[in-house]
Amino acid sequence: MFNLRDWGAGIWERSGRPVRVLIALGAIAIAASLPLLGGTFLKTPIADYGSVLVFPVAIFVIMALGLNIVIGKSGLLDLGYVAFFAIGAYTMGILGTKTGLNSWEILPIGIAMAMFAGLILGVPALRLRGDYLAIITLGFGEIVRITALNLNSIGGANGIVGIPTPPTIFGLEYTFDNHRLYFWTFLIIILLTIWMIRRLSVRRAGRAWESIRQDEDAAELMGVPTFKYKIWAFVLGASVGGAAGVLYASKTLFISPDNFTLQVSILILACVVFGGMGNIWGVILGAVILGYLPDRIRFISDARLLVFGAVLVLMMNLRPDGLLPRKKREKALPEKGQS
Amino acid sequence: MLNNFLDQFATLTVGGLSLGFIYVLIALGYTMVYGVLRMINFANSEVFMYGTFATIIVIRDLFGFTQQSEPATGFRLFYILFLCLVASMLMSGILSILLELVAYRRLRNRGSNKLAPLISAIGMSIVLAEFMRILTDSRYVGSPRVMEKKSLGTFFGAELRLDNTIIIVAGLLLFISLSQFVQRTRLGKAIRAVSMNEDAAKLMGVNLNFVVSGTFLVGGLMTGAAGFFYVLKYENTSFNIGFELGIAAFTAAILGGIGNIKGAFYGGIVLGLLETYASFFLGTQWKAVTVFIVLVVVLYFRPNGVFGEAITQTRA
Repeated sequence: MFNLRDWGAGIWERSGRPVRVLIALGAIAIAASLPLLGGTFLKTPIADYGSVLVFPVAIFVIMALGLNIVIGKSGLLDLGYVAFFAIGAYTMGILGTKTGLNSWEILPIGIAMAMFAGLILGVPALRLRGDYLAIITLGFGEIVRITALNLNSIGGANGIVGIPTPPTIFGLEYTFDNHRLYFWTFLIIILLTIWMIRRLSVRRAGRAWESIRQDEDAAELMGVPTFKYKIWAFVLGASVGGAAGVLYASKTLFISPDNFTLQVSILILACVVFGGMGNIWGVILGAVILGYLPDRIRFISDARLLVFGAVLVLMMNLRPDGLLPRKKREKALPEKGQS
Repeated sequence: MLNNFLDQFATLTVGGLSLGFIYVLIALGYTMVYGVLRMINFANSEVFMYGTFATIIVIRDLFGFTQQSEPATGFRLFYILFLCLVASMLMSGILSILLELVAYRRLRNRGSNKLAPLISAIGMSIVLAEFMRILTDSRYVGSPRVMEKKSLGTFFGAELRLDNTIIIVAGLLLFISLSQFVQRTRLGKAIRAVSMNEDAAKLMGVNLNFVVSGTFLVGGLMTGAAGFFYVLKYENTSFNIGFELGIAAFTAAILGGIGNIKGAFYGGIVLGLLETYASFFLGTQWKAVTVFIVLVVVLYFRPNGVFGEAITQTRA
């Protein structure tokens, strides 16, 4: 079957440095011009197109990239990813309203908080495997949400209102409806995340994750400190989720526990699997489509989630490896005749 | 507080047991499918939700009960409740089989990656819940009161309310018949064989597709019974109750050791009691947190599960 991923990777591998730079710049230019295409067929009928691009699309892309480190790269099933998103968002909400710090100063704090939470959860949970890990992480996500819901000191069910916007940079002002500026800022964060993941993937950590995903026992026997690298994958995934949370809170300026339900974790997981686990371009594509689609098909208003669910089922039955699956040789068990 | 608790202990225990049996029956739906296919049947929570609606349809539309009508008594009550139970079980059982046909069979036969069936299940879960949401206009659906919840007397200081008693007795009977079914019948033996070793079972001539359908049917029947009990106890339902109950029941299945029928039983009972006691002390808003913390602690200190396989060895 024609594999877009292999085709794209083939072009990339055959071309020299200048062509690669050109391709990368072209892709960035296309992504950056997305907010300018609001008048075309891409326009969403009810929600504002520009704001849909920022949330859910850009935020979903960041989160899906983070979750992909955990699920796609190292094969750890995490169903509570929203917890880190919530921790980042609440860090922004609390520090932003109670102290004078601005978004860019809070961003590292939020990331650190999320990483710390990842460590606390990871140390007991990562001893377990498979579905047990899934249910523990799922429980953790619910614990974070219910705690936020029940603690009145951080807003309780009402959440936190009046979160400040990021400060003006280069004379550009972040206002609530300046969606383009937000989008371009988030695009830079996305590019940084992609860069980080790509660098890690080709180094020791990436190889360790790959071996853990393919066969954890074999990896352990070969001397890979699997527990350490699993913690690393978990904490790094958490850091990206925390960053997404801080950005989300600085965009919507209002957060409440309702924003951090299990459904978010599931949706992000769906983005990762739908696009193609383990392949960052697939994951990005999946997040863009699943973030954008429900808003685009709002004309069937009431049934849009129904259609969304049906698309997931259909898609998984027709292409279980996702839209852009990882390269054949990276798959866990190579078929006969392929190395 | 403590004296108060000791006074109420027996009554709380009865309430906790009846909630526990609801969990046991839903957990059986998860655990049976997991035992055979090593897969979380995520949409089982929606199967449960459809079961609750089947009961309400029977009470409200077949027997024409309204909020004002007189509660039934005696033999008529028994007859109505029995019909509700059968309707809920059938609804969920059939839905469960269809679910497997539509969402899992193709993926299973292709032997694709582990997560694809999970996403497919999530998709089906969204489809089923949304369909019901549109049908019910996003509202809660109350059940007309079909029986008077009178007290049958006390037992060691515990008040035995009629609904709780029915749930505990019927739940126990259903559980016993299920374990007998799995132990003794031909299909039950085939299910156990596939669960132990799929390839060997196939070589021995077990029809895998038939066994899988049978597993989904039995799991669905049990889940549907839980739907009936839920309506009996809480007298309402809505399109989104599946989620909460499903998560709790799945936790129960894990607590006892997933893939193991006895594990689902003990896990469900323990969870039901724990949740009831915890909400007495901390208030209902913290009960889910308590449950999950207990789960984490149990898995941390007993990673081999209480009754199940060695958890640390389970492959992703």
